Amino acid sequence: MLPGAAALALATVYVIALLAVEKQPLVIGLLALAIVAVLGADRMGLLASVSRSFAEREDTLGALAILAAFVVAAFFHDNHFVLLLVVTVLIYAVAALGLNIQIGYAGVLNFAGASFFGIGAYTAAVLNAHTAVPHLLVLPTGGLIAALIGSLLLLPVLRTRGHYAAVVTIAFALLFKTFLEVNDVLGGPQGLHVQGMNIFGWSLNDNMAVGDIDLSFYLGYFVVSMAMLVGAFVLVRRLVRSWIGLNLDAMRLDETAAGCFGLDVARWKIIAFTLGNFLIGFAGALFGMVGGFVAPNNYTFADSLLLVSILLLGGIGNPWGLAVATFIVVVVPEKLQTIQEYRFLLYALLVIAVLLFRPEGLLPRPMRRYVAGWRP
Amino acid sequence: MDPGLLAQYVMNGLMLGMMYALVAVGFTLFFGVLDVIQFSHGDVLTVGAFVALATYIGLRSAGISSSPILLLAMLVVAIGAIATLGLLIARYLVLPLRAAPALNTLLITLTLGTVLRESVRLFYPQGADPKSFPALLPTSSINLGQFNLRLDNVIMLAAGAAVIVGLQLLLNRTKLGLAIRAVAQDEETARTMGINFTAIVLFTFALGSALAAFAGIMNGLYYNEINFGTGLLLGVIGFSAAIVGGLGSIYGAILGGFLFAGLQTIGAVALPFAGAYKDVFAFAVVIALMAWRPTGLIREKISERV
Repeated sequence: MLPGAAALALATVYVIALLAVEKQPLVIGLLALAIVAVLGADRMGLLASVSRSFAEREDTLGALAILAAFVVAAFFHDNHFVLLLVVTVLIYAVAALGLNIQIGYAGVLNFAGASFFGIGAYTAAVLNAHTAVPHLLVLPTGGLIAALIGSLLLLPVLRTRGHYAAVVTIAFALLFKTFLEVNDVLGGPQGLHVQGMNIFGWSLNDNMAVGDIDLSFYLGYFVVSMAMLVGAFVLVRRLVRSWIGLNLDAMRLDETAAGCFGLDVARWKIIAFTLGNFLIGFAGALFGMVGGFVAPNNYTFADSLLLVSILLLGGIGNPWGLAVATFIVVVVPEKLQTIQEYRFLLYALLVIAVLLFRPEGLLPRPMRRYVAGWRP
Repeated sequence: MDPGLLAQYVMNGLMLGMMYALVAVGFTLFFGVLDVIQFSHGDVLTVGAFVALATYIGLRSAGISSSPILLLAMLVVAIGAIATLGLLIARYLVLPLRAAPALNTLLITLTLGTVLRESVRLFYPQGADPKSFPALLPTSSINLGQFNLRLDNVIMLAAGAAVIVGLQLLLNRTKLGLAIRAVAQDEETARTMGINFTAIVLFTFALGSALAAFAGIMNGLYYNEINFGTGLLLGVIGFSAAIVGGLGSIYGAILGGFLFAGLQTIGAVALPFAGAYKDVFAFAVVIALMAWRPTGLIREKISERV
């Protein structure tokens, strides 16, 4: 457990430092330091032992990670910008977890992740503005609507394989964005305004103060998104370790063999696809409320690609790698303000480099442990 | 619907179909030889159009103003440059990843597309603005009653058709084409028969990219304008067209290209109150077609039975 806890502590300190510095040379220096440290740790086999320690003592380290997140939030308790970044990371992580169920566990390609994210956000916008549905219920409703609309794609997704399957979701991603842009009911290209979240009378969009300390209103959203992330994370981990996860893995690795063993491939694909879309829509609804507005330009095919590359960078099938990758993908472009113009270019080059030299991602998924205490 | 307007729509559809078909044929070629979807194809097209524009500006400032020479020079330079680009992409990004899962190759070509697009936007002077493309073809038009048949459209259609016919001849009547088809069918046996696999793959990529450059120039001449984002949508539409037509079949790609253009035109015509929904309509039909014929309209010779 020690390597994992030590890694967590180091990571927390680093995250606080990275989020706090403003001067560009310092940021670049910190990033370079991280790259060198990670490469060095990899060489010395430290990354593998951290990975193992996380796999063995997941529950304890999970609790420590939650604590670490709260420490980070407490450090930046009055900094709107940093807290918004952190909340964005948490929400994207949930969406990536949903996508992970589809692509990483079930092998169902989904290039329309951002579209389902957008469906959740638009649901939140419409429900908040026109109905009196309590905002906490709006979140799962967003997920439900996303899952429902996703079920329209079920027939083509089930019948196609490989590249053909990719086309279905790509076509849907483009269709969705164009549909939103030309549809005036849903705001057209300008989008819609979303009311802030309101839980039992406590409006999350108001700044809070505890005694002398001013607290940014994003802290409320932080708590909600943290709860969502923890819930999704626990769900995904339990799912993977269960017989459901075994079935999904079997289906992904070899459909024909899985079918021969009696697995109903269609049924599992439907379950994985729908569950993934539900999570993505859930996260999208919260994101809509945090951001305050939804517009078609935020949910394009390029954003779907962003989600897929988060999966790839982190290591397909590994939720911890996913969390790290989400942090990198969301925070690094924001911090490197001087090269704002070039960030898409540099980000794309980074992804190409990862694909050429470390295609398994930062934290590859460890082998499944069938027996407690087993070490590879 | 008066016949003049109808004829206008038909002409529009034919032009679009020709461009989509050229892009789709490129996708099919790449898939045929390497089983890879080169998603950066659309952005390669944009780079081709910009290279042609740069050539034009360079030659104009050097004093040359004769349209045929300018057009010829643009074609030669753009096609040569983009064929080289395609070759480099194949050599350094696609061939090394042959053993990796297909998702990796897909992602690397997708991100390469982003790199190309962003490079054009950042490094071409004022790359983010749409650029006007010169009208180098004769702009006269023949008047057929209510419909103006523009000469440059006819020339472009004829040129596009000639290119496609030429490609068919290359593939079916020459030894090189035979080698390409052999590699597409069975890599190992082709190698055993003495075909230089790498050379054929590189040549095919160069050929497909050259087609993209040609389509890019056609796009620029037709709309008289290019911008750095043109390639993305064209690439996806070309890809969808190739898929719908059936990957691995040139006829399928051409069919898919014209089918997609036809769908867009029908969408624009049949929904007059909501012409902007034509893309939604076209993509929805593509998704429905994939549900009906999961391996495309013209089936691959050997494909998994679904």
